[in-house]
Amino acid sequence: MIVETGHYALVLALALALVNSVVPLWGSIARDGRLMAVAPPAALMGFALVAYAYLALTIAHVVSDFSLINVVENSHSAKPLIYKITGVWGNHEGSMLLWVLVLSLFGAAVALFSRSMPDDLRANVLAVQSWIGAAFLLFILLTSNPFARLAEPPAEGNDLNPLLQDPGLAIHPPLLYLGYVGLSITYSFAAAALIAGRIDAVFARLVRPWILIAWISLTLGIAMGSYWAYYTLGWGGFWFWDPVENASLMPWLAATALLHCTVVMEKREALKIWTIFLAILAFSLSLVGTFLVRSGVLTSVHAFASDPARGVFILLILVIFIGGSFALFALRASGLKQGGLFAPISREGTLVLNNLLLTACCATVFTGTLYPLALEALTGEKISVGAPFFNLTFVPLFLPLFILMPVGQLLPWKRGDLTGVLQRLWAAFAAGLVFMAVLAAWRGGPAVSVILSGLALYVIVGSFADLWRRLTGSGVSVSGVSQRARGLPRHAFGTAFAHAGIGVTLLGLAATGWGTEKIISMKPGDRVTAGPYELTLEGVVPRQGPNYSELVGRTAVRGAKGNTVAMIEPASRFYPARGMSRAEAGIATLGLGQVYMSIADPAPNGSVNARIFWKPLVVLIWIGALIMAFGGCLSLSDRSFRVGIARRLRKAQAPSPQPAE
Amino acid sequence: MNAMICVRMLALAALFLLAPVAARAVQPDEIMADPKLEARARALSAELRCMVCQNESIDESNADLARDLRLLVRERLQAGDSDDQIRAFLVQRYGDFILLKPPFKLETWLLWGAPFLVLLTGGCVILFARRRQQSFAVSAPLSEAERAKLDAVLGED
Repeated sequence: MIVETGHYALVLALALALVNSVVPLWGSIARDGRLMAVAPPAALMGFALVAYAYLALTIAHVVSDFSLINVVENSHSAKPLIYKITGVWGNHEGSMLLWVLVLSLFGAAVALFSRSMPDDLRANVLAVQSWIGAAFLLFILLTSNPFARLAEPPAEGNDLNPLLQDPGLAIHPPLLYLGYVGLSITYSFAAAALIAGRIDAVFARLVRPWILIAWISLTLGIAMGSYWAYYTLGWGGFWFWDPVENASLMPWLAATALLHCTVVMEKREALKIWTIFLAILAFSLSLVGTFLVRSGVLTSVHAFASDPARGVFILLILVIFIGGSFALFALRASGLKQGGLFAPISREGTLVLNNLLLTACCATVFTGTLYPLALEALTGEKISVGAPFFNLTFVPLFLPLFILMPVGQLLPWKRGDLTGVLQRLWAAFAAGLVFMAVLAAWRGGPAVSVILSGLALYVIVGSFADLWRRLTGSGVSVSGVSQRARGLPRHAFGTAFAHAGIGVTLLGLAATGWGTEKIISMKPGDRVTAGPYELTLEGVVPRQGPNYSELVGRTAVRGAKGNTVAMIEPASRFYPARGMSRAEAGIATLGLGQVYMSIADPAPNGSVNARIFWKPLVVLIWIGALIMAFGGCLSLSDRSFRVGIARRLRKAQAPSPQPAE
Repeated sequence: MNAMICVRMLALAALFLLAPVAARAVQPDEIMADPKLEARARALSAELRCMVCQNESIDESNADLARDLRLLVRERLQAGDSDDQIRAFLVQRYGDFILLKPPFKLETWLLWGAPFLVLLTGGCVILFARRRQQSFAVSAPLSEAERAKLDAVLGED
């Protein structure tokens, strides 16, 4: 019964979305406040309905209602409760429902938290959001209904793909979707602004918190996904340039570019056309990502859908939304007046360069991901585009951004003095160079690692150069600094931390060059060194999990003095319901490095094949992402984003909007 | 050889057949004695696609085909082939599909050229926009009367 009500709620949500995609827009054209006022409550109700449908599906999974095809195909009565809940989005239908849930969540958030927005802009934003919602609800109901029943329910389900039965999966997709789908708000803002024909600094300020939320979620989601792949796929790799990963990287690159160019638009009223273009592009890339993953056009580790009807439907949505918005853009863009002028050497100048490089990076990932598909469709010829391609193209395009970051932070708006800025960065340059020299002398190893480590330290130190200057402007004293720190806007700290975070990630990536790898056959009692540690395989024991059996290689990790610093339990798990097995790596985090070990099933003579890595500083890769997200949160908490300020800004439009820097 | 061992071997074999074994990738018995050759083998393997897998190199893949290819690469290396000879041999056998780094040729110039095209186009657009902006920005300097007026306004503040 609850399943049917969930299904019905979804149909109601579609009807409501259709109403909400027309009425407010009509209201804004006819300048009728009552019609525009329909949008916020309808958005809230729409969210409530989708949330109810989602809850209904979750309940069906939790109680193992095997009369639902979706539950039969993706669940098992013996599956742990947490994977019954996360398994809801571990399949095509459920993940599309989560997609729409996040979409309507953002619509509801705009309805609740944007009271200070101009009424017509808010009505238009919610209307555009409802178009997207209606399209995807229709998609779910017509092609991917999670509530479809079976006439003769089986006694037991097929279980969830073992790779997905992992705590990492519990966090990864929802975070990623918050980012992916969060960009829909930016898109709706851009489309609404184009419809209203009003694109100014107020628009940039209103849309920035939403971009930040999406960006933070995407950053965390990608990092989480990468860590999940790192410890479940058992190769010790963390980024594979897999099309599905690329599908999440592209919106991240576009959102990063967008975040930076809205600053220019907000402060200087420049780059308006470009900002709108990027806002549309960022969500378009999210849609492309959804298409790639959900249509089954490429089947990879992540993609669990393959049904051409779905592909065509999403392609249609893609064409309508991307095509429609760019047509609107083409109509309106020529009417936009360009704002503030700036010299090439200025904050704006570096942000333009940042956008150029990020866009080129994004285009590289885009062509690299889609080119093989297009070539095969057009000529039938099959080629592969993998990591070696991206290392040669993406990496050289991305690296200059690291050099640019601290410089851009220090340059003033309008016109700057490059030599002065470089002088102020002396400490960062010195830190980077000394670090390189020390590493080269002490560790040696690959030159690339040494150089990138130096670059990373330069970025980390340089990110705080601006903050340092502003905090210690008139001498260093504890009281003076803390007083100034209170006076500084939070986003100044946010920028510093976000930039330092990517520097930290770069350091973690650079250090992979100093890692070691051993592939050996081990018998219980065998010892092997991994970096500064020694591993002893103490025994291979079978164990029984709730819905799997596993062979665990109990291994002691000993330090230089022979003391045991950690016990790791790499395992090879077998899931009988699907007849699949997967590795569970044994990982010991020691300082910032990790000992990583994965094993295969034992050979007849009792030995196991093991892959053992020592990965120095590897944790920094993900800690860097956390620091980036922390910086984003600091910026988000900046008082200039609080709604009251936006209202004052709007009211005080007449005396030139010069926000406090 | 007693029957007991045979039965156990059979049981194990059956187990292996039923369970696709995880985390194999490069196995200890594949590794070459010469570390230099082995390093070359690993580097080469990372650039070769396992054709039955989704976007995995033969170095990472657990598939049987990947193992066969890894052994093939090592065999050729042992025979004294150069990296290029091995790549050419594999392309001849399996087509360009096996190379994770696609060769630069007529069908792929757009792929390799895309980053540079975007940089170039973007650069041109920026230059063009600057030109246009500058032509707007250049305006006649203030006349004496205007300057006096401006000073008066600013003085009021």
